[in-house]
Amino acid sequence: MPQRVEIVKRIMDANDRLAQNNQAILDQHHVYGINLMASPGAGKTSFILETIKRLPAGIKLGVIEGDTAPVTIDADKIVAAGMPAVQINTGGDCHLDANMIEMALAELPLEDLDLIIVENVGNLICPAAFQLGTHANVLIASVPEGDDKPYKYPNIYRGLDVLIINKIDLAPYIDFRMDYFQQGVELLNPGLKTFALSAKTGEGFEAWIAWLTDKVIAK
Amino acid sequence: MHELAITESILSIANQAAEENRGSKVTDIYLVIGQLSSIVDDSVQFYWDHISLGTVSEGAKLHFERRPAILRCKTCDHQYPLGEILQRCPKCQSADVYIESGEELLVDHIDILREEL
Repeated sequence: MPQRVEIVKRIMDANDRLAQNNQAILDQHHVYGINLMASPGAGKTSFILETIKRLPAGIKLGVIEGDTAPVTIDADKIVAAGMPAVQINTGGDCHLDANMIEMALAELPLEDLDLIIVENVGNLICPAAFQLGTHANVLIASVPEGDDKPYKYPNIYRGLDVLIINKIDLAPYIDFRMDYFQQGVELLNPGLKTFALSAKTGEGFEAWIAWLTDKVIAK
Repeated sequence: MHELAITESILSIANQAAEENRGSKVTDIYLVIGQLSSIVDDSVQFYWDHISLGTVSEGAKLHFERRPAILRCKTCDHQYPLGEILQRCPKCQSADVYIESGEELLVDHIDILREEL
């Protein structure tokens, strides 16, 4: 006769413990960590590049690039901008997990850094399930993706600390109802810190940079 | 497709529990999956059939208990199930609601055969 063994264990437990460990490593080095998520084409890399350009000169930033294929296009752009970057090739996997971040952290000069931005794999479903150990989950939603995304991808919105609405320079050309979009966000994540900006024109970046600078200095 | 990572985690939890309890075979695994967990049962089963091979959990039957998502209103305390689309509290129209259940992603228990001593 089979015997029953009670377990009641969270399936994400192993990942979450590694994530806690990653956060301890970041804290120990006084590095502020950001998990940057978005759908493909929302402008993650150009947003990072514009952020690098506008950060106060004293702040040293490192980037962890998650990609499903071994192309270093994004990492190369970061390095060209003068910041250290580590590329994680997930081998087709749709998200980054805490274990991959642990390995990437070991390759970055943490003692010289103040801020790390993890560019997650472009995807609105899978990354939401995996905590990385960063201090803030940030999502870029871009205007051309449409105003219904909070309603269609509720999980990723619920776990956010900051929402970036990118490509606002395209708003005049696209039927994007900002009030409908924000209503959905409010239901999922009341009072969510939101910055509307354009990584192309630089519009709206001051508030984001001010927020980020405060967080980095507090670390 | 993050189900592969989820399935690997289920396997590791089951195998470890079997080992700790001197199990020679895991026959059944009972999972609790909340409606909001974005897990596809068939996909977990597909990966399971491959990755459990050669382990103590090979051939174990996966049981999925789905838990519906329940919301509760912070303003009037009304409790209501999550419908097809996200909505305000149907009783007082407040948007200040929280998820009471539906986010579960658990291995609840397993059935094992014990080694003969």
